[in-house]
Amino acid sequence: MTFFIQMLVSGIVVGSIYALVALGFVLIYKASDALNLANGEFVLIGSYVCLTLITVLKLPFLLAILITLVFSALLGLMVEKMVLRPLLNAPTISVIMATIGLGNLLAGLTHVVWGHQTRMYPQIFPDTPVTFGGVIITPVYLWSFVIVMSLLIAFTVFFKFSKMGIAMRAVADDLQAAASMGISVKKVFAITWAIACVVAAVGGVLLGNINGVNATMSVIGLTVLPVVILGGLDSIAGAIVGGFIIGIAQSMAGGYLDPMVGGGLKDVFPFIIVILILMIKPYGLFGKGGVERV
Amino acid sequence: MLHINNIEVVYSKMILVLKGMSLEVPEGKIVALLGSNGAGKSTTLKSISGLLAGDGGELTKGSITYHGEEISGFSPDQIVQKGIFQSMEGRRVFKHLTVEENLIAGAHTRKDRNHLKHDMERVYHYFPKLKTLRSRHAGLLSGGEQQMLAIGRGIMAKPKLLLLDEPSLGIAPLLVKEIFQNIKQINKEEGTSILVVEQNANVALSIADYGYIVEDGRSVLEAPVSELMENKEVQEHYLGMSDEGRKNYREVKSYRKKKRWV
Repeated sequence: MTFFIQMLVSGIVVGSIYALVALGFVLIYKASDALNLANGEFVLIGSYVCLTLITVLKLPFLLAILITLVFSALLGLMVEKMVLRPLLNAPTISVIMATIGLGNLLAGLTHVVWGHQTRMYPQIFPDTPVTFGGVIITPVYLWSFVIVMSLLIAFTVFFKFSKMGIAMRAVADDLQAAASMGISVKKVFAITWAIACVVAAVGGVLLGNINGVNATMSVIGLTVLPVVILGGLDSIAGAIVGGFIIGIAQSMAGGYLDPMVGGGLKDVFPFIIVILILMIKPYGLFGKGGVERV
Repeated sequence: MLHINNIEVVYSKMILVLKGMSLEVPEGKIVALLGSNGAGKSTTLKSISGLLAGDGGELTKGSITYHGEEISGFSPDQIVQKGIFQSMEGRRVFKHLTVEENLIAGAHTRKDRNHLKHDMERVYHYFPKLKTLRSRHAGLLSGGEQQMLAIGRGIMAKPKLLLLDEPSLGIAPLLVKEIFQNIKQINKEEGTSILVVEQNANVALSIADYGYIVEDGRSVLEAPVSELMENKEVQEHYLGMSDEGRKNYREVKSYRKKKRWV
């Protein structure tokens, strides 16, 4: 039983990070109907930048993460301006191709700058594990969970109540009509990309603290795909729930099934779930599939 | 307050849609723009509100001045800030946002955001039905309710000039009358000038002060509404009245071929 809860806890924590990264993915999909296949590289770059600030420049963690967030926001703005803006009225497939190219470019650049070895974050969170009734939780996990949850709540409030949040949802709903309200579509797109980059970077920093950083971290961009397809590509709530489901399922598969089949199932398992769910609900668990008037 | 002077609009660099359209909206008045499909009514509105670019259209000639200032080439958000708000054809409410969120989106360019609650009450004053639906998703509203919401978003922006593109489209005839009465009321109580594009000439002329007939990309007849109503051609072609009773469709068609306004 303790083993089960242990797996559950680590699934929830990893799942919460998936949820965060998936949020950025969904935002971009909602705004421009395009899958951002460079998402994994944003995660990786965020993680590397923060690591460099801490280890090379010896900055304190909080300052380092703050600079990382600003850097990521700027990276998002720049990508939007240089890659996406020229493709504003282009077909969706062109935009997706552009993000694939961008992802490859960024992956190459990170390889040139940071090489291929796994780098570890220095000890930031205390390492004495906390125990809850026999279940051992390392502080990194606990903190990751707290940070992610507060960010998710903050974003939910932002989208529900703030002027910019409502404008962003309006643009996602009907771009032309939003423009006729005087909402600046360019500004909304720019902010969308900035937010997507920022959440990806936070995910990267947290994952880096848990596992260390190397180029394979960008695979999360692919793992997040099942998450958003499961939750529904256009649903923020779906991204969050989907993140937890995939995280827990992956952790369970790793704990129980991997020893039986000799490993490797952990990485495939999310995709198996997605195929099963899509057979029943093609728009994902929370996807809109169009509101119909009756 | 708004002068459109001899404008030409080209779509996709090939299709000439407006061929020297001119019109004028005086302060505080309701102006109706009538004409058949493809005459260029909606394009006229879009060239005012700056939404042409989104459709691949381009203003190639002429000028649009608002209070003496040239506004052609401004982006849609600049135009809304100047006080011109277009309610687009086909209602275009944000389906996945609630009624209240739609109204907030309408007020996007407003600086004095403390008055949002008060202005929302203004909208509910014109359209009491919206108040009972305030937390419902706009996609689930009926056509008439969506049109009310679309006009309500316009009120939230506090424009000086409201452009309405076919507010009667796809709405039950009884409701059309009601909505046009509301438009008249908004014009009176808020002092908003209104430029309304309609195919339903009867109902549009019932509230307008001045009317333009648009055909083939230019305005071919303009007059105060009382004069328009007297005009034989308008009566026959736009209001469906005729001395010899109803003509059959074939005759009308052959007649239309010969007819030239200019």
